[in-house]
Amino acid sequence: MLKRTSYDVVVVGAGVVGAACAYYAARAGLRVAVVDRGPVAGGTTGAGEGNLLVSDKEPGPELDLALLSTTLWRELAEEFGDRVEYEPKGGLVVASAPAGLDALNGFAAKQRTVGVEAVPVAADSLRELEPHLAEGLPGGVLYPQDAQVQPALAAAHLLRASGAERYLGEAVTALRRGPDGAIRGVVTERRELAAPAVVNAAGTWGGAVAELAGVRLPVLPRRGFVLVTEPLPRLVRRKVYAADYVADVASGSADLQSSAVVEGTPAGPVLIGASRERVGFDRTLRPEVLHRLAAQAVALFPVLRTVAVQRAYRGFRPYLPDHLPAIGHDARVPGLYHACGHEGAGIGLAPATGLLIARQLAGEAVEFELAPFRPERFDGTAEGSGSGAE
Amino acid sequence: MDPLELVGAEPGPARTILFDGRPVSALPGQTLAAALWADGVVAWRTTRVGGRPRGAFCGIGQCFDCLATVNGRPNQRLCLLTAEHGDAVTTQEGHGHGELDV
Repeated sequence: MLKRTSYDVVVVGAGVVGAACAYYAARAGLRVAVVDRGPVAGGTTGAGEGNLLVSDKEPGPELDLALLSTTLWRELAEEFGDRVEYEPKGGLVVASAPAGLDALNGFAAKQRTVGVEAVPVAADSLRELEPHLAEGLPGGVLYPQDAQVQPALAAAHLLRASGAERYLGEAVTALRRGPDGAIRGVVTERRELAAPAVVNAAGTWGGAVAELAGVRLPVLPRRGFVLVTEPLPRLVRRKVYAADYVADVASGSADLQSSAVVEGTPAGPVLIGASRERVGFDRTLRPEVLHRLAAQAVALFPVLRTVAVQRAYRGFRPYLPDHLPAIGHDARVPGLYHACGHEGAGIGLAPATGLLIARQLAGEAVEFELAPFRPERFDGTAEGSGSGAE
Repeated sequence: MDPLELVGAEPGPARTILFDGRPVSALPGQTLAAALWADGVVAWRTTRVGGRPRGAFCGIGQCFDCLATVNGRPNQRLCLLTAEHGDAVTTQEGHGHGELDV
């Protein structure tokens, strides 16, 4: 060990969620260290599209979290501005068939009851919003609260603004516990960091960090590919996706699901997602998935047929069996907090997660129902079976 | 020293490409980027935001800096395309897709 340094909290994970935890914990006056086995935004954060969405969430705990995050992102945008490429551009969800439009409108009506802005768009108005959209689509719903950031920039700027000390390229190899089982700090490949609190913001590796504390958190990776086109003028103004995407997000199937999610970027390329597969951490490029994504994007925006895809990237969404993240103190291990398992919504949900974790860390009142996100909720279930104690 | 001598190369007869309408000589197997470099041309695109000149940077197809319009198609990587007789390379301004602006 090189040396032993003391902090109020050590955050494991330098993705956007870890960065947000560090940012809000530092604002609460805590002395924070962030440790990651790789670089900043080296995992899921660096492989995402940067979606800040309320549109794809049904009323419930995740939507509550997303609505809180929407407000927080607007505050953060005032502080960070263009540096994180925040764009409050809104989302447009389009139905591909009349039956789908009825389902979409029903979904939107439920969302409106909890504070989501969801404006029905008639078929003949779709192309006023998105001039390149295919003709003949039956209609859609506009979600003005949807927004976008460049996720790696967002993580980096939150982390820098936190002033947290960073230990990058150092994997956590153990968690120090006291005689009473309470957290005393973390051990990395190179040093020991003493702290009475550790936040597990390790994303897809969140299960492995929990295991270091002898508890089970069944985070699984769900692979996704994104296509990147050549740089283009602003063909796609909003985040535009097919209504089928909502069903894909909610699905627990291991099989491939894909639906077009199309958006322009300030840099020029159009990004095309979104596929979902449970294949472990297999990074193999699967051309048929890329073909499907391209075909679905062209069905929405025929003009994309004439442009070239420059490259594709893939990432792994950290996924818990009930599609909700684990947020908050772990009742099984005093001093251990979890902030992981946000699946494909981690960029959007990061500020709310960070703020709520910081409130818990600082011993402040948490005016938000965290029960649905309890980290120990999988104990005794098939997915969560395993040692609940050391 | 002439690089052809250095490697003992005996290339076949040169072919002619067009750069902004001007004939430029290219050896068989040479990429468009290499042919332009050999002719003293190092920039064939302007950036989207600042309008600054760009040419070949990595030379191996990774950086997408060497884009230009080739035979009417924008955003082609000149470092990967073998020069063929009559290829027309046009300096590309910005994204090269002005026709798609709405």
